[in-house]
Amino acid sequence: MARKLLLEHINVPGINTLDVYRQKGGYRSVEKALKTLSPDDVVEEVKKSGLRGRGGAGFPTGMKWSFLAKPEGVARYLVCNADESEPGTFKDRYLMTHIPHALIEGMIVSSYALGAKTSYIYVRGEMMPQIRILEKAIAEAKNAGFLGKNILGSGYDLELYVQPGGGAYICGEETALLESLEGKRGNPRIKPPFPAIAGLYGCPTVVNNVESIAAVVPIINDGGEEYAKVGIGRSTGTKLISASGNLVRPGVYEIELGLPVEEFIYSDEYCGGIANGKRLKATVAGGSSVPVLPANLTLKLANGDPRLMSYESLSEGGFATGTMMGSGGFIAFDEDQCIVRNTWNFSRFYHHESCGQCSPCREGTGWMEKVLHRIEHGHGKMSDIDLLVDVSKKIEGNTICPLGDAAAWPVASAIRHFRDEFEWHVREPQKSQQTNYGIARYAEPIVSGLKQEN
Amino acid sequence: MLKVEETQPVEFSPALKAKFAEISSRYPEGKQKSALLPILHEVQAELGWLSANAMDQVAAWLKIEPIEVYEVASFYSMYFLRPQGKYVLEVCRTGPCCLVGAEKVMAHIEHKLGVKENEVTADGLFSWRGVECLAACGFGPVLQIGPEYTFYENLDEQKVDTLLEELRKK
Ligand SMILES: Cc1cc2nc3c(=O)[nH]c(=O)nc-3n(C[C@H](O)[C@H](O)[C@H](O)COP(=O)(O)O)c2cc1C
Ligand code: SF4
Ligand code: FES
Repeated sequence: MARKLLLEHINVPGINTLDVYRQKGGYRSVEKALKTLSPDDVVEEVKKSGLRGRGGAGFPTGMKWSFLAKPEGVARYLVCNADESEPGTFKDRYLMTHIPHALIEGMIVSSYALGAKTSYIYVRGEMMPQIRILEKAIAEAKNAGFLGKNILGSGYDLELYVQPGGGAYICGEETALLESLEGKRGNPRIKPPFPAIAGLYGCPTVVNNVESIAAVVPIINDGGEEYAKVGIGRSTGTKLISASGNLVRPGVYEIELGLPVEEFIYSDEYCGGIANGKRLKATVAGGSSVPVLPANLTLKLANGDPRLMSYESLSEGGFATGTMMGSGGFIAFDEDQCIVRNTWNFSRFYHHESCGQCSPCREGTGWMEKVLHRIEHGHGKMSDIDLLVDVSKKIEGNTICPLGDAAAWPVASAIRHFRDEFEWHVREPQKSQQTNYGIARYAEPIVSGLKQEN
Repeated sequence: MLKVEETQPVEFSPALKAKFAEISSRYPEGKQKSALLPILHEVQAELGWLSANAMDQVAAWLKIEPIEVYEVASFYSMYFLRPQGKYVLEVCRTGPCCLVGAEKVMAHIEHKLGVKENEVTADGLFSWRGVECLAACGFGPVLQIGPEYTFYENLDEQKVDTLLEELRKK
């Protein structure tokens, strides 16, 4: 069994309550940090751990923390990003539902490290049940003296609040999130200044993902060096992977970074293979924003070596033959799925979620949706395919926030790897309405060792 | 687009106003506008949707301009700017759920309720709409029902039928 640092006690009855959570060693990191470590010591341990942000960008958490400005007499804030709206991602909801205290504990230690006296957990509004769960957990923690004034006699004060969003994917982008938390529309801000200098209410602010903050707990308990021993290379620690699509056992899995992708998909410890005895056609390995990969490039690098679940290995080959870790939303497509239809669906999503501030994103996402809609519904022209590539290129890199790129990459990669299928939709408008293209031809040669054993 | 409907005047109950005050206390002095999104959720939970009158009252309570409330209410997808059915079935229509049958579930709901997306059934009980990924992709197809946002997972036609029956009996 692989090491579990976040979900070890997930199946313990009552682990959502403070009592059971503490029986399992909960809140040790708060005692350790507040009684024996200075805030800078905590930052140092997080640096040593090599932890990289789990919200999507993978930026080293310790480094981000050390950028926080500390002007005299100005409040500093820690804001937890629990907006989780990236299609294919559902790990944060899972963690908050089952082990809410892991997040609260992480928030206390992280707030202490950053010198924040008030911290917020911004939860997407649809997660009302999780908001209630967190509020209850906060009340329990406060009762036990882990929150409020003079925590554990250390002289450190902290108030922690849960803030609901209003239903908008863009509010996962950290500056849009801050706007939303200030009671405004979720329009991303132009950077710089970065939140570390001017964030919430113009004050220095750190925004971190739920999983990043929960990971601070084992880092402080065991030490940053111990944490860094788990994983592979610069991909240290464990990662929660949300597995969805045509899998035997979709769900949330904690993996040690470096696990072979093939083992993740096919072994019984994880997803148990492709559902209904079908073959794997493609995957989107890190949430809807990252490039789609055909089955052969999912399982193996271009040079034939196995591909691993790590930041480096998933992006090996760049966008020509690789993808990205993203938020760890792993979506599997079986041989019956239509790449054109899914690409259209994702485009519709990004068009719907564009905040509308920049014209390349606002207009480009709408245009891509429209063109993909006509190809999928049998009215496409051959020139539409290059038109899509052209539009995606014009969005990429020309927008205020990365949503533009996130909308462009899935389209560009789908055409890069599955152009045959797009062309077939144009050539066979009737047939493409009745049947699917099936598995991509280059997916055939993969002979999976694990698959044969099973 | 914000469509301003003619409505009855709105008066918030003392209990609701107490809730507003509790929410506002979570933010530093002078930053009470931060309470806007949570307050709108409270109002919608009480009234079922956000009428122009209700939004004006929220603006007055927070001491901000009505436009500041309208622009927020129209930006976020969870706020209803017109009346809905008692139960709004919000079905995830995004990629991962479609891989496991979300489109079939939506077609079935449309057929069973006999109303199109965003329309209300004649008895006022139901409306439905497609929404984007609800962070439950591994348990799809999935739908939610406000105001407490209860989740119904791994849906198929049969489960939808059972759910509709249960809601009708309530
Ligand atoms: C369009 C968009 C949506 C995002 N959604 C989320 C999200 O739902 N949750 C999240 O943690 N980060 C999200 N991010 C990334 C955040 O901007 C930010 O990088 C992250 O919260 C930082 O936390 P981390 O360093 O712990 O990963 C999103 C970014 C973009 C551009
Ligand atoms: S890229 Fe899109 S979502 Fe981001 S700021 Fe511009 S218009 Fe808004
Ligand atoms: S795609 Fe339906 S919940 Fe994520």
